[in-house]
Amino acid sequence: MTAIDNEELIAFVEKMPAFPKSVQKVVQLTSDVNASAKEIVRVIESDPVMTVKILKVINSAFYGLPKKITSIQRAVVHIGLNTIKNLALSVAAMGVLNPTNKAGFNTQDFLLHSLTTASISRILAEKLGVKASECSDFFVAGLIHDFGKIVFAEFDPVNFKLALEKSAIGNSSLDSAEIEFMGINHAQAGRLLAEKWELDIQLIDAIDHHHSINNESLLKDCVFVANQISKKLQFGFAGNPIIEITPGELIPRFELSLDDLITSLGDLSNVRSEALSFINS
Amino acid sequence: MKLRFWGVRGSIATPGPTTVKYGGNTTCIEVTTDNGEIIILDAGTGINPLGQKLLKQLPVTAHIFITHTHWDHIQGLPFFSPIFIPGNEIKIYGGLDPVTNEGIERALGVQLQYSYFPIREAELNASVEYNTIKPGESISIGEAKITPILLSHPVLNFGYRIDCDGQSIFFTGDYEPIFNIYEPDENEYEEYQSFIDQKNQQIITAMQDVNALIIDSSYTSEEYIIKKGWGHGTYNSAIKLAKQAKAKKLFFTHHEPTRTDEQLEVIYKQQLNENPNTEFEIILAKEGHDILL
Repeated sequence: MTAIDNEELIAFVEKMPAFPKSVQKVVQLTSDVNASAKEIVRVIESDPVMTVKILKVINSAFYGLPKKITSIQRAVVHIGLNTIKNLALSVAAMGVLNPTNKAGFNTQDFLLHSLTTASISRILAEKLGVKASECSDFFVAGLIHDFGKIVFAEFDPVNFKLALEKSAIGNSSLDSAEIEFMGINHAQAGRLLAEKWELDIQLIDAIDHHHSINNESLLKDCVFVANQISKKLQFGFAGNPIIEITPGELIPRFELSLDDLITSLGDLSNVRSEALSFINS
Repeated sequence: MKLRFWGVRGSIATPGPTTVKYGGNTTCIEVTTDNGEIIILDAGTGINPLGQKLLKQLPVTAHIFITHTHWDHIQGLPFFSPIFIPGNEIKIYGGLDPVTNEGIERALGVQLQYSYFPIREAELNASVEYNTIKPGESISIGEAKITPILLSHPVLNFGYRIDCDGQSIFFTGDYEPIFNIYEPDENEYEEYQSFIDQKNQQIITAMQDVNALIIDSSYTSEEYIIKKGWGHGTYNSAIKLAKQAKAKKLFFTHHEPTRTDEQLEVIYKQQLNENPNTEFEIILAKEGHDILL
């Protein structure tokens, strides 16, 4: 096991670029004076890297906001569209994530998993009667829950590859393999970064605890369940083959088994096709 | 407190016979406390004649609060004569730029470069101090308390509230009331609107009961239709805010640069006719106008 140097990790992520499609779209939209605000928000909120980088800036102590900003839409309301556009452009200027990293981690499948988890998390929140003003938080938490993995693929590809392989061969949890090879799992790394960036505590918890359900936080629980649904329906793939709800087990809050919950949500194929249409457009 | 407008024009200075009455200089407001502290809101071209006046009372300590760093709010800084004279203390306050991460020193630093100006920053003889400030955190200058709040404009923009001597002033800098980026039939509309409502409540609280509310009122409602998203407010949006905040006096400022004195007065009369019996006085900000609160 080689332990990851936290300071090095933080410095590395500062310079880490975003996904190619969103970078390309940001450049395109910021060159068009008539580009619509909602289109820009949509592009940013389809990229976990760009989203966390913007949340990091707006949540810095320098803007002394009374409440942490947890979605790009809120960020636009507080700091203005042009600033958000320029922030996105400054992330775009860092280049693009290499789709073929040395860890062999499929970034397209990862993105599809992140986007579908985000949408399903929002759907679950709506189902549980969450106020409209909070639903975008559930989307963002789902979008960035696995952020630590894309960081590992870039920062420590050799060991992350070993972890991915071990998890695939043994059909076992990726988290324990990560701990074995890197001394830290992606949820802990995500927490470390999110804390450093002073993100909202609920978001930090949702990143850190997305492998268990405990009825403590609605946000955390929705992300956990959305993650399982996305995995069960094989919407993309983010390296972890294990579904953390046993068949037939009743899921707290929903009081349904995973299969019954999925059935109760109706046709989710459009969640996948919408995400794919963004990734491939 | 008393205040004087030294620049009321938006975007670009507009000298000439058609603007001689209300003035062609860009934004600059001087606030003087009862104890004589000098607080300056923005450093558009209007700060140049203000600097000339201050030369008669050297040495001076001037506290300059920058709402945002668009040219029309900082362009006068290198021409503020007190910065060249030893013994003066010039303190410049403003926010951190979220994109470049630079503090308010950028307001002057960006202009005092060889290509743009003959004097370098290192050659200024006054003591110049920069204070990068945060929204919601008040600064005390003598008896005055100055509190910044984040307001929507294309760049980071602070509105400032000044409380002093039992009175209060709020200046928006450039400000366009936030609008919903979604259509009412879209899923995101309601959620986005709830963010706007929360933010607006915060803004109204910051302006509450002020004696003088000075608002960016660049456009008529008709003009706004094609200028939505440009970062400026309308006469109507200013009146609405003044009503909600229960302000005592409302000043329209940041006059649109192509607007003549005559056109300004026509619009002003129309606004008075359309808004009779407001509980606050409505005033067109005018260069050289002194107001004792």
